[in-house]
Amino acid sequence: MTKPGTARGRENLVAKVVAITSGKGGVGKTTTAAAFAAGLALRGHKTVVIDFDVGLRNLDLVMGCERRVVFDFINVINGDANLNQALIKDKRVDNLYIFPTSQTRDKDALKREGVERVLEELKQQFDFIICDSPAGIEHGAVTALYFADSAIIVTNPEVSSVRDSDRIIGILASRSRRAERNEPAVETNLLLTRYDPSRVAKGEMLTVEDVQEILSVPLLGVIPESESVLRASNTGTPVAFDEDSPAGRAYLDAVARFLGEQREMRFVQPERRGFFRVLFGRA
Amino acid sequence: MRFLNYFFPPHPKSAAIAKERLKIVLAHERAGSHAPDFLPRLQKELIDVVGRYVDIRDDMIRVNLGKAGETSLLEINIEIEGAKTKAKLGSAVPA
Repeated sequence: MTKPGTARGRENLVAKVVAITSGKGGVGKTTTAAAFAAGLALRGHKTVVIDFDVGLRNLDLVMGCERRVVFDFINVINGDANLNQALIKDKRVDNLYIFPTSQTRDKDALKREGVERVLEELKQQFDFIICDSPAGIEHGAVTALYFADSAIIVTNPEVSSVRDSDRIIGILASRSRRAERNEPAVETNLLLTRYDPSRVAKGEMLTVEDVQEILSVPLLGVIPESESVLRASNTGTPVAFDEDSPAGRAYLDAVARFLGEQREMRFVQPERRGFFRVLFGRA
Repeated sequence: MRFLNYFFPPHPKSAAIAKERLKIVLAHERAGSHAPDFLPRLQKELIDVVGRYVDIRDDMIRVNLGKAGETSLLEINIEIEGAKTKAKLGSAVPA
């Protein structure tokens, strides 16, 4: 047995760079990046989650380590600090590290060569490198997906989010490094978030099948609209740590599928609330 | 039922409307984004070349990249009906 948190025969493993992206803002990229990284770490994979949203740092808050930030991504790119000075080790689970970004207003600080060098260094230490992309299709967003081996498209069942996801899928297929080098395409998966089965049943919200049919990307999971997501960000806890909440369990399912397991889709049917749940239940 | 509909007109399901609208807008956008960059330039050069021989307006040439089954199809439509042939062909060609 090797101790968790130590490098485990890394020479046999190929680290995977996973971009969490969406085009549209506010759909749940950072929530997903935090939950996914936490889920992978809980499964014993050494994982780092990087904030690519230069100038609008928020992953640190969602991960609950905002008071521990000393050095950041840009400091490491510029050589002002080394990687291990900037990485923040999560206190709740082994194998999980947070790499905060800078609050600088200079968006071009994210130089592609620098990012490449840092990612190569991270690949020596980690199994999974989760890149939390900023919204939009500008420099930061393109840099976050450029080096990806795998991408998770976070989409809400709503017209503007679906349209923007389609744009991002197009950018992954044409402007990623894999596309430029004619390598195998970035493995792209869809994660549908803020799904409300009861509104879907009433015909007020696009169904999982609708979104999948429109985007034609494999479905990794469906995260139900849940109060636990706000509760998690309020307290700086990745929602995947909350195994009692539907959203937490849905994220853990999605992580399992990402690792190649078969899991039935849960939380896609309206919840039947029994008499006692109605009286005393919580969402 | 008809009678009830009079008082409670059935709403079209908004999700169905969303799906239709998305399908249409994405079909347009995908067609646009997959067209190679050279198409407008090709169209302009074609106008120059054809224009040496017949009078032609910009909107009389249409260049499209389509698909017929497995094959990519570069489709060039040049409308010359009614266009006047240039009097002296030789002089229209630059030396």
